[in-house]
Amino acid sequence: MRTIVLASETDFAGWKAAARRLRTAGVEPASVRFVTAGSGQDGLFDVDGAAGATAVDDAFVVPRAFMETAGDLILHRAPDRFDLMYRLLWRLRDEPDLMRVVSDPDVAAAAERVKNVHRAAHKMKAFVRFRETRDADGERWVAWFEPAHRVLEKTAPFFARRFSTMQWSILTPDGTAHWDGDALTFGPPGRQEEAPQEDEVEDFWRTYYASTFNPARLRTRMMQSEMPKRYWKNLPEASLIPGLVASAAARTEIMVSEPSSLPNEKFQRLRPPTVDRTSTDDLVAADPTDLERGLQNCRRCPLWRDATQGVCGQGPREARLMIVGEQPGDHEDLAGQPFVGPAGQVLDVALAQAGIDRSGVYLTNAVKHFKHEPRGKRRLHKTPNAGEVQACRWWLDQERRLVRPRLILALGATAGLAVLGRKPSIMAERGAVIDTPDGARALLTLHPAFVLRMPDLEERRRARMALVEDLRMARTEAGLT
Amino acid sequence: MARIELRRKLSILSDAAKYDASCASSGAPKRNSLDGKGVGSTESMGICHAYTPDGRCVSLLKILLTNFCIYDCVYCINRSSSNVERARFTVDEVVDLTLAFYKRNYIEGLFLSSGVVRSGDYTMEQLVEVARRLREDHDFRGYIHLKLIPEADERLVALAGRYADRLSANIELPRDEALGRLAPEKDARLIRKTMGQVRLRLEAAKPEKRDRHRPPAFAPAGQSTQLIVGADGAPDTEILDRSASLYGGYGLRRVYYSAFSPIPDSSSVLPLSKPPLMREHRLYQADWLMRFYGFTAPEIGEGASDGMLDLAVDPKLAWALKRRDIFPTDVNLAAREDLLRVPGLGVKAVDRILSVRRYRTLRLEDVARLTRSIDKVRPWIVALDWTPGGLTDAEHLRARLAPQRAPEQLSLF
Repeated sequence: MRTIVLASETDFAGWKAAARRLRTAGVEPASVRFVTAGSGQDGLFDVDGAAGATAVDDAFVVPRAFMETAGDLILHRAPDRFDLMYRLLWRLRDEPDLMRVVSDPDVAAAAERVKNVHRAAHKMKAFVRFRETRDADGERWVAWFEPAHRVLEKTAPFFARRFSTMQWSILTPDGTAHWDGDALTFGPPGRQEEAPQEDEVEDFWRTYYASTFNPARLRTRMMQSEMPKRYWKNLPEASLIPGLVASAAARTEIMVSEPSSLPNEKFQRLRPPTVDRTSTDDLVAADPTDLERGLQNCRRCPLWRDATQGVCGQGPREARLMIVGEQPGDHEDLAGQPFVGPAGQVLDVALAQAGIDRSGVYLTNAVKHFKHEPRGKRRLHKTPNAGEVQACRWWLDQERRLVRPRLILALGATAGLAVLGRKPSIMAERGAVIDTPDGARALLTLHPAFVLRMPDLEERRRARMALVEDLRMARTEAGLT
Repeated sequence: MARIELRRKLSILSDAAKYDASCASSGAPKRNSLDGKGVGSTESMGICHAYTPDGRCVSLLKILLTNFCIYDCVYCINRSSSNVERARFTVDEVVDLTLAFYKRNYIEGLFLSSGVVRSGDYTMEQLVEVARRLREDHDFRGYIHLKLIPEADERLVALAGRYADRLSANIELPRDEALGRLAPEKDARLIRKTMGQVRLRLEAAKPEKRDRHRPPAFAPAGQSTQLIVGADGAPDTEILDRSASLYGGYGLRRVYYSAFSPIPDSSSVLPLSKPPLMREHRLYQADWLMRFYGFTAPEIGEGASDGMLDLAVDPKLAWALKRRDIFPTDVNLAAREDLLRVPGLGVKAVDRILSVRRYRTLRLEDVARLTRSIDKVRPWIVALDWTPGGLTDAEHLRARLAPQRAPEQLSLF
């Protein structure tokens, strides 16, 4: 049996050097043990247990995953961690993928301990409590902390990044960390008496802790699994826990059983106007503002429920050309304006090519709320059905009445249905002016979103050209200059 | 004297803020104070600095600027008609408290909300001013979460996003009609519009690959919202539909579900009872299934009865019990999305299975080492040395897998 004496409990460099020599000498895990200097077991054996080990095997490259695991594993307080590290190293030559086989008992045991170490480091970031003191150099912040594993050096840089303009010290039974504003230094184990015993802000913290607790939701097991009792003695707020737990049931009982008191008259007088929720389903709008208001309260079909807002038409009341799309899309729904998304950009380009000034056109949609289906973080467009189109014609007809355009250009079949009152065939009927029952003149063309959906580049180009062509015709028919 | 007064205020205004479930401090970009200015850091993962006996994490100083409020939402402790004691912090008091707590490592930062006083604009201006002072006057690099007042002007929303890591506007109730009844001054449409506006600003702040100039930052930790569970009659399936719609529409990081909880001096309109904590827990599990396991709200609904999730078993198990025809799943062959649907297998376990099976064919004991409880998983999988046989279709399977504890209330000890 060889015994390796390491300089300290976290002497990773020493372990690495010895382990490398032992592994190349073919020393099996069962015939080596690691102890630390000063542990009381080191004096009995050779000082350098790796001495005299001659290389019989070739050196091999260990995966980085092993070095990372071992670097954290050594911080664990379990005395047999060095042996586990060496056992893994031993197996790695013949099983180079071993670290990835997390179902292996040795790898699983290492992973479990690394998890414990990470958790201890995380809890240290959470549970260190600084107390303020003053000395000749000004204010200092000092904490006494007892980490579950030896994570002081691993975790101290976190505090340096966070409290870099403060002078602080963290004292632990394993060692101490000091930050002077420029550099991090580590010292020998500290004692609790060296840390300040009070800080007046702790009263405020305790007040906050007690007040933010809801006695009607008592779940102490959840609290203890996340804030284990071992940490309580150094947490100023933890002394409140027994009292809060003991009184919780009675406090809840009082809240539940106490009869409601009379409303506070003084505050009742301050009441602001409530939101107007009267139905506007049958509103006959006198002007566009009225129309907008009516639309926002519209319940003529259920599409309002999952939409952000109704998107009203936009453009001058005296516009000669009205362009009607299908429905607002994702962007239009958020922005509250028609044709501002990808399809709107296609339309903008086509309008420019046809020589039409967008600001002179009244732009609107057959259906005013966005019909869609949620799919993860996105919303997928769904075509509105005939019933929804019919319900929303109430508003489109009012826009037609208020604007009285010379020509209405319907983009796509849904808009065609809304404008003509029958389902048209866009490809067969485009290019000719259609008279509608109410005396308005209409033209049909493709919806710009249809252009976007064309998979073939050549087809897309042709669809785009058709759209521009129809817009040119609309320009002439509407008498735009 | 002044300090006792301040403690009293702190007590009132943290008590008034605690019904908002959010306490997350994650998602902020990496920051530190190594440049020798100010104080604070954020490193993407949040830290819970304490836990209260309700099992909730204390990560941020969660307070109201004031609990005076002109609104009268019957479910709220701060409604105008309530007789609770009122208080108001000054902007400086909040700034000082935040810094004093932060420097002692009690908190990750500030979550500031407020009752609505005078007007939405005035209230929002005050909230923004606290954040501005922390950031600009004190170079505070910690986390800031600001509540949005939906009635406030767009420019204030833009300013709030400049200083805060996270913004939130609470949708409050799944049904607009219920909001009309219980919170007559609140407008669900305005709340949605505000969230929509935040999403547009979040997208505008994301630099395109080709952009030379980074657009100014806006709420890098995104937005969240909260739904109160059990105050109106909405069933779970409706709540989940609403959540799916919110996640899809507004790019929310989180939807928080808050079991309606007894409050002091309650309104006669809304009788109090114990908060439905188990129901809240099941909704969070269902929410997780939607976000990380590829489930849709209607699929989760398959495991519900009368629109309510099964309180005795988790929603994935409830779904699987109704869809036994597609099980068992072979852990050595199945695709990731199918493994994610196996009851008892979490995202981590699935990823471990996928990693290990490149090198080994898995036996049941291997799976056992990769999961928390093999008993839950066994009826649903096939492994090298294991098939469940008739177990998947066994009549008593639900009873065998349901925990023995009474489901109505999470146990206290």
